[in-house]
This record gives sequence, C-alpha cells and structure tokens, in this order.
Amino acid sequence: MAVKAAATAWRRTLPETTRLSVRKTYKLFIGGKFPRSESGRTYLVDGDNVALASRKDARDAVVAARKAQPGWAGATAYNRGQVLYRIAEMLEARREEFIARGVSEPEVNAAVDRWVWYAGWSDKIAQVHGSVNPVAGPYFNISAPEPTGVVAVVAPESFLGLVSVIAPAIVTSNTVVVLTGLPQAAITLAEVIATSDVPAGVINILTGDAAGNAPWLASHDDVNALDLTGVTNPELATELERGAAGSLKRVLRPPAEGIDSAAEPGLQPMTALLETKTVWHPKGF
Amino acid sequence: MFEYAPAPESRSVVDIAPSYGLFIDGQFEPGAGSFKTVNPASEEVLTEVALAGPDDVERAVAAARSAFEPWSALPGSERAKYLFRIARIIQERSRELAVLESLDNGKPIRESRDVDLPLVAAHFFYYAGWADKLRYAGFGTDPRPLGVAAQVIPWNFPLLMLAWKVAPALATGNTVVLKPAETTPLSALFFADICRQADLPAGVVNILTGAGDTGRTLVEHPGVDKVAFTGSTEVGRQIARSVAGTRKRLTLELGGKAANIVFDDAPIDQAVEGIVNGIFFNQGHVCCAGSRLLVQESVFDEVLESLKRRMATLRVGDPLDKNTDVGAINSAEQLERIRTLSDAGSQEGAERWSPPCELPSQGFWFAPTVFTGVTQAHRIAREEIFGPVLSVLTFRTPAEAIEKANNTPYGLSAGIWSDKGSRILAVADKLRAGVVWANTFNKFDPTSPFGGYKESGYGREGGRHGLEAYLA
Repeated sequence: MAVKAAATAWRRTLPETTRLSVRKTYKLFIGGKFPRSESGRTYLVDGDNVALASRKDARDAVVAARKAQPGWAGATAYNRGQVLYRIAEMLEARREEFIARGVSEPEVNAAVDRWVWYAGWSDKIAQVHGSVNPVAGPYFNISAPEPTGVVAVVAPESFLGLVSVIAPAIVTSNTVVVLTGLPQAAITLAEVIATSDVPAGVINILTGDAAGNAPWLASHDDVNALDLTGVTNPELATELERGAAGSLKRVLRPPAEGIDSAAEPGLQPMTALLETKTVWHPKGF
Repeated sequence: MFEYAPAPESRSVVDIAPSYGLFIDGQFEPGAGSFKTVNPASEEVLTEVALAGPDDVERAVAAARSAFEPWSALPGSERAKYLFRIARIIQERSRELAVLESLDNGKPIRESRDVDLPLVAAHFFYYAGWADKLRYAGFGTDPRPLGVAAQVIPWNFPLLMLAWKVAPALATGNTVVLKPAETTPLSALFFADICRQADLPAGVVNILTGAGDTGRTLVEHPGVDKVAFTGSTEVGRQIARSVAGTRKRLTLELGGKAANIVFDDAPIDQAVEGIVNGIFFNQGHVCCAGSRLLVQESVFDEVLESLKRRMATLRVGDPLDKNTDVGAINSAEQLERIRTLSDAGSQEGAERWSPPCELPSQGFWFAPTVFTGVTQAHRIAREEIFGPVLSVLTFRTPAEAIEKANNTPYGLSAGIWSDKGSRILAVADKLRAGVVWANTFNKFDPTSPFGGYKESGYGREGGRHGLEAYLA
C-alpha cells in the first residue's frame, strides 16, 4: 500500500494542464523512406538534431531517383497531375505545422497554390512545348518533350523556393535529389509527399550542408541535370557548373536577378529539364 | 553489273582565289598567319586562308558588338528580307557552292548538290520567315536577342552547319562571329561574299578561319553572349567548362553512336538501303550516323547477305563524279582515327569485311567496312568512328534491342525498321535519342528539331525549338 500511496502522491504533483510533447526526429527522405544519415551525423537547428547528409547518402539518393524514373515517366500525364494535386491537398491540410515552424502563412498558401499550378501542367506541357513539323516529304514528323532523367537540385533557402524547384522537375517526369538547408520544413514537406501517392524515389531530400554535398552530385555520372537555383555563392556555382561539364549535364544557373519565388514561374523551369525527341514516320498507302 | 563511264562535274563553275582573308566588319582582312586547305581527294592545295589570332578575334567580336544594336533594332520584317535575299542567292549559286563543298570536303557531288545545298537554302528560307513572328513562337510576348553569338562548326557539312547556326541567330536579331573547321573553310568564306552581295550590314556576320586555338579564344572571349558548338564530345566538355560561371548561353551538338534497329518484320530491301544510307552517307562523317546496326537474330543472315551485296555496288572515288556514292575521307588525321579504331575492331575479335574496291592512290580513302561478331564491350561499338565503318550486333527481343540501343553515353539519333506501326512508336518512346527515324534514316528538314540527349549535347537546332537558343 505504501508503494501505491507514493505513486498517487507523485501524480498529484503534476499540474493538470501540461503534457510532455512528443518531438519529431528529422531524418532524410530517400527512396520513400526516412533513414538517418549513414554517416550517423546530425547538426543542431533551432533546438532539433537534424540529419547531416553525407556523400554516401547523396549517392544512395541518386540510385533511388534513377530506379524510380522510368516508372514515373511511364505513368500517364493525368496520373502525374493527380499526384501533384494530392500534394497540394495534403499540404493544405498541414498548413499550421509549417506556420508553427516559422514559415509565414502567405508563403505556405503560395506553396499550396504552386503545387496546384504545376499539377495542371502535367498534361499540357507536351502540347505547349511540342510540335508537329511540316517537313518537305511524305513523313509524319513530331517533336515531343521527354524528361531529362535524374535532376540534382540545390534548393533556395525558403519554403516556397523549395517547392518551386521540386514541382517543375517532377511534373515533367524527372526524379529529383534535393539538397536543402531548411531541414525541418523540407522533411515536413517530405511527410506530405510520402502521403500523396508520389512513388518512392521520385523525390529525395537531403538535409545539411548543400555546399559540401553538391559537388558529389555535380560530378555524378548518373545525374542528368543540375539545378543551381539555390546557390548564392558565385564561386561555388562556377565550380559546380564545371563539375557538371564532365558528363554534359544540363545546368540551370542561379538566376542573375536573384530569386523571385512569388512571381509566376513561366515555362522555363520545366522546359530546362526536358529533352525534345523528334520522330520521323513515313506516310504511305 | 553495269560499268559506268566517268561523269565528272566541271570545276570551272568555281573560281577559288589564291588566298583569302578573314571576314571582319564587312571586309576581308589579313590575319595573324595563314594555312593551306587541301582537296582531300587529291591532296592538291586549293588555296591559302588567313589564320585568326587573338587580335583578330578581338576585332571580330567588337565588330559584331557594334553591329548588334542597329541589327537588333531593325524591324523583324527587314531582317527577314535580308535572310530571304541570302536564301535566294544561295539557290542561285548552289551549283558553284556544291562543287566548292565537294572540293574542300571530299563529299560526293551527288550529296552536296542534292542534300547539302537544298537544305542550306531551305534553312535560310525557314528562319527568314520567323524574323517578324517571334512573339508567336512561344517564348514570351517580347522575346529579345542575346547579343553576339560565337559559333564553331565542324567539317562534315560545312555550309549546312553554318546555315543551322547563322540563320536562327540572325532571324532573332543576334550578330555572329563564326569559325568554320580548319579543314573546310572555303564555303564559309564564299558565304561571307554572299552576305556582301545581299548588302547585309557590316559586322552582322563575321567569319574567322583558323584552328582549335582560334575557336577556343572565340568562345572564351568575355564579349560573347552565346556559344553554339557542333563537334566532338571532348571539345564540348571543354567548352561547357569554360563557360561555367559566365552568363554565356550554350548549346552543344556533339558526338553519337546511333543504333539502327532492324526487326524481323522489316522490309529487308528497304532496310538495307537505310542501313547503307545510315552509315555510308557522307563517308560516315555524320554525328547521327547509324553506326551500330542491331539486327534481330532470325533475319541476321538475310540482312547481312543483302547488305554485303549492296555494299559491293557502292562506288568509291572522285567526289566530283556524279556516279560516286562514297567520297574521300576529309583529312589524313581523320583517316588515321578510322584506321586505328578499325584495327582495334579486328584486334578485339570482330570480323571485318569490305567489298573489293580500288581506292585512288592520291588522297585520303577508306573502303566501306562492316564488322560482325561485335560485342557491346568492343571499342567499335562504344566509340564514335566518324567514318564508313558499321558495327553489327544482334538481339532477340524488343526489350533487348532497346537495352542495347540505349547502352551508350551518347543519345543523338536512332533508327527503327519494322512493318508494325505500334511497335515503331513503342520502341521510339523508349529510345533515349533526340531524333528517331522509322523506316528511314538521315533525313533532315529545317522545320524538324535536331539535337541530342545525354553526352550528345543539349539544345535543339531547327524548327521552332531552334529559336530558343538565341532568345532571352
């Protein structure tokens, strides 16, 4: 009985209204899973120990992205649009969580709207960017856009910026490996993605030292394009662009005028990650 | 087989001067040095051309820069008329230019006359029409030119590659400094004369002859806004490195190792014509050449027998003879490369075959050659030979054909031979290549975008897509 009395006494000392919260562990997002960095390293951001991605994590993410790419490109455009719209729905539902993490309400709203905007492009970009070519001969000649493949992205340091580099890459059937210095917002976005029917590996997110990991991706032979939108150090941008030349990656340089994520993106973020395939087919009876 | 009497085209339609200067700001001027250009079919020196040094590059870029403002300010309809004029002059002088091209390059007159020159004129006509319609092209309501375009082109289609570069650049309001290949400078110099004939404002087009150093100095010049290069993947990499960290826009059209896939239901005679056209057209000096033949096993014997029979009828020799099918290899250096890689093919165990054919004693020649028993690991299956050398591999299923076709760092072109439309379209979807020819090969058209995937480069030339490289 003495034991029971002591336990009751202990409970009585707790104030009625407080509860110890369950904290979230912020890990990486690779191949649809949330692994820790294989290096075992973390770093402290706003009181959270977040994963510090390594070179090996970057390589694993490329493997996951490569594996996912044909299936994602093989999905119908309608299906890809539905998946992107689903991301908008899931993000809308979790707006408060991003706001609580310090993303402004207008920015979260704009990010939701950006997913909706890009979702609609899935089955239109080929019509806008492709063509039927009136060649001088009895041939049906058609040019259609196709994904360039695996895209490595250095994301800008804002939530809307992050969404604005991922969405155009995946709506065009590419798969991405994203380097971000916004670990909590990015991994919370990964949770949104993980519940939106995005196939595993289509979006992979590495948190930590973007400048340290970007060179591995820039020179990785199985990466097709490098989006440097988020690189603010011109020397690093130059070094990465040089690294990309080895396998002739498509490179999106950091915008000369700075990033304006609020403006309507236009076609360029999508068309820069598309290849044009032209098919000649004879006509005849 | 019938014997053919020689039917040479007359050289007298071309008047080659004993020497040529650089074309800068509307004038021919001396350069830092000079070099000779030879007829690869005879090794005869055709003329001497100026070698552009760094000062010449400086002057040409400055001329293009000062011409840029007035040229880009012209109404599109006026720029269009200059381009239409140029197109017409090319048509009018096409016989002269065709003979010149065959003399300097070594390609058969039949090809320079029937393929290169008509396409050159068509390209200028096509882009002329865009000059006053750019706001409808889908690149924004107020598309702007970039400025000065540095353009470096190869020796395999000298005037056609010039047209692919110059026509869209001028239509969009850019000005140009172009460097033709070291071994084929003449048609570009004749084009300079055509610009004068068309009264094109001075400085809008500048032509610098020279070698690799001239090209490097040009693309690295800080006064250049746009670089367009067609050539080897290795040089493409160097250029991509050199423009890193600048605001220069870059398009690259590089090497290839195209698969030409023959399925068992293909019309075999037609396919064999396509195989021959795919690899022996222009002596195989074609970046999109069908240099890897993938034949379905069940028709391998039939295709090979028919191919060898057809190859035996190819006439190799004088490029100016209208009956010639395969002309001269462009240079001693290229001939050496073709020999080295072909020898590697034999050493690595592939079986080599060429039809009996007598090659001229002067000049640079290589007999049409086919290798069988080639595996994907062989150098002749992986490296671009850029000559009349075909590597034959086999496959059993469409999936295997696709796998093998895509097993290359290149991705410029591919061919599919089949009677089944649904199979053609399904396979075309899976091939990682910028141009896919179904039941045809090596077809080009100014309206049809051309360019590579992967290490075959980036950007497109031709068609509406071709405007993008020159617009901001």
